[in-house]
Amino acid sequence: MEMDTNLALVLVLSPFLGFLINVFFGKSLGKTVSGIIGTVAVAVSFVVTLILFNQITSTGKAIQVTLFDWIQISNLHIDLGFLLDQLSVLWLLFVTGIGSLIHLYSISYMHDDENMHKFFAYLNLFVFFMITLVIGSNLLVLFIGWEGVGLCSYLLIGFWHKNQDYNDAAKKAFIMNRIGDLGLLIGMFIIGSMFSTLDYATLKTAIAGATNLNLPLLSLAALCLFIGACGKSAQIPLYTWLPDAMAGPTPVSALIHAATMVTAGIFMVTRLNFVFDLAPDVQTVIAIVGAVTSLVAATIGLVQTDIKKVLAYSTVSQLGLMFLALGFGAYEVAVFHVITHAFFKACLFLGSGSVIHGLHGEQDMRKMGGLRKAMPITFWTMLISSLAISGVPFFSGFFSKDEILMTAFHHSIPLYVIGSIASIMTAFYMFRLMFLTFFKEFRGTEEQKHHLHESDGLITFPLMILAVLATFGGLISLPGNSWLNEYMAPLFTKVAGEEHHLGTTEYTLMGVAVLGGLIGILIAYIKYFKQDNVPESDENITGLTKVLYNKYYVDEIYDAIFVRSINGLSKFFRDYVETGLSAVVFGLGKVTNELAFQGKKLQNGSIGLYLFAFVLGLCAIISYIFLAQ
Amino acid sequence: MNVSLILIILLIGAFATYFVGDKLASKVALFFSLAALGCSVVLLNHFCAGEDISVINAWITQPKISFALNADGLAIAMLLLTVALTPIIIFSSFGNEYKNAKSFYALILFMAFAMTGTFLAADGLLYYIFWELALIPIYFIALIWGNGDAEERRKAVVKFFIYTLAGSLFMLVAFIYLYQKAGSFLIEDLYKVNLSAGEQLWIFLAFFLAYAIKIPIIPFHTWQANVYQKAPTVGTMLLSGIMLKMGLYSVIRWQLPIAPLAAKEYMHIFIALGVAGVIYGSIVALRQKDLKKLLAYSSLAHVGLIAAATYTLTVDGLRGAVLQMIAHGFVVVGLFYAAEIIYRRYETRNISEMGGIRTQSPKFTSMFLILVLASVALPGTFNFVGEFTVLYSLSQINICFAILGGTTIILGAYYMLKMFQGVMLGETNSKTFADVTVNEGISLVVIIAVLIFFGFYPKPITDLITPSLETILNVINKN
Repeated sequence: MEMDTNLALVLVLSPFLGFLINVFFGKSLGKTVSGIIGTVAVAVSFVVTLILFNQITSTGKAIQVTLFDWIQISNLHIDLGFLLDQLSVLWLLFVTGIGSLIHLYSISYMHDDENMHKFFAYLNLFVFFMITLVIGSNLLVLFIGWEGVGLCSYLLIGFWHKNQDYNDAAKKAFIMNRIGDLGLLIGMFIIGSMFSTLDYATLKTAIAGATNLNLPLLSLAALCLFIGACGKSAQIPLYTWLPDAMAGPTPVSALIHAATMVTAGIFMVTRLNFVFDLAPDVQTVIAIVGAVTSLVAATIGLVQTDIKKVLAYSTVSQLGLMFLALGFGAYEVAVFHVITHAFFKACLFLGSGSVIHGLHGEQDMRKMGGLRKAMPITFWTMLISSLAISGVPFFSGFFSKDEILMTAFHHSIPLYVIGSIASIMTAFYMFRLMFLTFFKEFRGTEEQKHHLHESDGLITFPLMILAVLATFGGLISLPGNSWLNEYMAPLFTKVAGEEHHLGTTEYTLMGVAVLGGLIGILIAYIKYFKQDNVPESDENITGLTKVLYNKYYVDEIYDAIFVRSINGLSKFFRDYVETGLSAVVFGLGKVTNELAFQGKKLQNGSIGLYLFAFVLGLCAIISYIFLAQ
Repeated sequence: MNVSLILIILLIGAFATYFVGDKLASKVALFFSLAALGCSVVLLNHFCAGEDISVINAWITQPKISFALNADGLAIAMLLLTVALTPIIIFSSFGNEYKNAKSFYALILFMAFAMTGTFLAADGLLYYIFWELALIPIYFIALIWGNGDAEERRKAVVKFFIYTLAGSLFMLVAFIYLYQKAGSFLIEDLYKVNLSAGEQLWIFLAFFLAYAIKIPIIPFHTWQANVYQKAPTVGTMLLSGIMLKMGLYSVIRWQLPIAPLAAKEYMHIFIALGVAGVIYGSIVALRQKDLKKLLAYSSLAHVGLIAAATYTLTVDGLRGAVLQMIAHGFVVVGLFYAAEIIYRRYETRNISEMGGIRTQSPKFTSMFLILVLASVALPGTFNFVGEFTVLYSLSQINICFAILGGTTIILGAYYMLKMFQGVMLGETNSKTFADVTVNEGISLVVIIAVLIFFGFYPKPITDLITPSLETILNVINKN
């Protein structure tokens, strides 16, 4: 037990130590050293994770570590404690694993930035909070991590803080997340008052043993928790912060806004599967929100010209697919896609970073093209990942996406259709990205063309590792013989997933999905390779494309409805209500003053007046006495 | 050894400060405030060891008024807040020059004396005297050493003085009425006095008027923003960090247990009023141009939530309220100090004239950001512990209160981050901004350390205050 506590502490504190070192000594240590410290700090956590993973798989038993009492509420005792079980260790594997790779990548990518040590400090802090989120033994420890990663996201989106647009994006991300966080808090309050615990293990037992559960109230709690998930995992209606978050340096987009932080919502729902299983209506909501988000985001992704924006909408769309699976209670399927997505999307983002790096900051795909020859490793790794995300057999994404669609097919045909269309679009826009970036002639300046080169080893090495994972990652859950489902089985109350018997229906569905993906790729090929189209410049974009290009004007609509009205109200309160209230108080003072002033007039020394008042008073008293009798 | 020692130290300190003259005044004041802090810690140890450190002495026989100081866990917590913040506040002024410094620092210590007395007093009239006594030093501090146009300042400060004084008179009337009934001003006698529901309502409202103005609860807050803006930062810190907690503390100590029936009957109205303050204060804060005014409205929002929690009449609500009072006391002092640090360099409080400080002053930016995050109750800060407990207690009364009060986490993030962006971020400011000096750094680091330590380990404070809160709740529920 002592050993486990120490391991858990090393796991979580190693990145925190990295953060402290970089904050206090980073500048004097120099860029490379600070980068190495940051990377090693996360790598240590990865090694610890491997040890823990080994332990969990061999013993099959969860490790519970309690450090101390944290918050005391009359019927709730909230410990600061950790739960290391199948789910958290699985999450840790890719958080720390991909985290280490991205730190390594950043040593080269951020080397020209004067504040590199701060970058690594924030990145380490992020990993620290992400680990806390994942291994917390109760919802409130999760919440420390949950808000903590939000803070790091804020700091890293606004990393180049001289640019106020970036700062706006950072602020927007934080505030939108907080809307979700309020949902999460309310969900916690309801669960806390129902079961007097926020601890996962205790909660699970309490729910299993409960008779006469107040199901409507529990459903309300589940809905509130899901609102929290919507914020963090960028689902409708709280998704608009994620594309803006691309203002941050590209490694941040890869780590935080693709592979890890944005999957926190899926983690939380999976963690509380026993709550959501009891709220079928909420599950339906989750499935619908997921499906619609995946489609809406995919349509926007079709026409974006900024390479990172395409990937950002793709991320929103893929997260939508994961929620689609969650909505059907297919937690292991969602988790499977989380993992494969982490591989290929991290690879794609890092690849795009390599391209942007090579072009000295250019992100507009209209000014790229023909980079295949100059950047072969970037090209091949991105191609592999694009094939994976498009669901081409037998890359990792093929297996995970196929399972999602298959699950959807068994529960709801309309949602299956929506998910499939989103998938076809995904294949299209990914290959649109590939053709525009890597094929045909280079469309940038001569200057840029002259400097085109493949990125160095620190950048290409993580790309290659991720490409390998994106290729073979599907092996962890082969249809009919899934290691992942077996591994995660202890987490779920019901029999893990309905194991799909591979019958005719399944093979047909698989065929349809593959065909859809290939059609998407083919259209992209015809449009952007055969016909050599390049997207129009901004002013020439018209019609539906313009609507999509401007993201259905959702930002503008939110701005008009929420931001402006609240600011208008603020102005009204400030200018009228405040002044009015103040005037009332002064008015009271004035009235008193006035009374005194009038009273003063009475004391004017005229004996006649005094005598008159005296007589009047006497009469009044006498008549009162008589009348009273 | 008993708590009157602290009062004596502070009072002697005030005189000593005045008589050593302008040159040494600040250092002597700091010495005495630290001595008070040290003694309080010793007393805390005695208290925790089970020793009785309360005092009760007959003072005036007709009417019967006692010099009674009651040191239970709750009062000690508030005492510690006062004596911990006072040296920080005094030390924070070290970068400034004040004319007639001996009076200035003497008044600070005198105010600490009066506020400590208010927290400790266990006799209604003694309490009332301390309560009013605390108003005098802050009146002079704000009036004489404040900033901005003298005429406008006079108007704002005099309004504040008369307004709070007028509110308190109703409390005095309530005390006199209670004395008629109980034949004593002693708090335990007042707890026992039998009042009809109708009488309780009047008493409750009389107390409420005094406290609502002091805290302030909307719509009695109109003095606040202007006084916070016009007062010197030291005064603003004393007001927001400690003095407004006098009102909140008094709700728990006097108003609720003396008039429990009225409290139970009308609690929803007062909770709603507090929650309305959260939303109103947050929204008004959004469009403030003056940094100190923005912080004033933010304070209005935070204390609204605390007030709402006190009226829940649950142990969670009271505990959350006290935790949040302490957390808010520290964070608000830190934030006003940050505003002062900026003012020392830029001589402005106008947010639009700031910006681009981060590139020049990374240390200050980090500390300022941590304070901003504490203010928006990021988990891991003391403010989160308080706010979580408070919102949880509201959710137990009615989930809608928790949702509406919870908007503070969204709106708070909105106005604070907007402010942070305006003040600190953006292109490098053309005016140079020297990073924090050692003195400035010490105060901020101490505050941050307190906020983070209790953010993870609030247990010592919870354990200290819970028994006395339970006692008070027993009184409330007995009638």
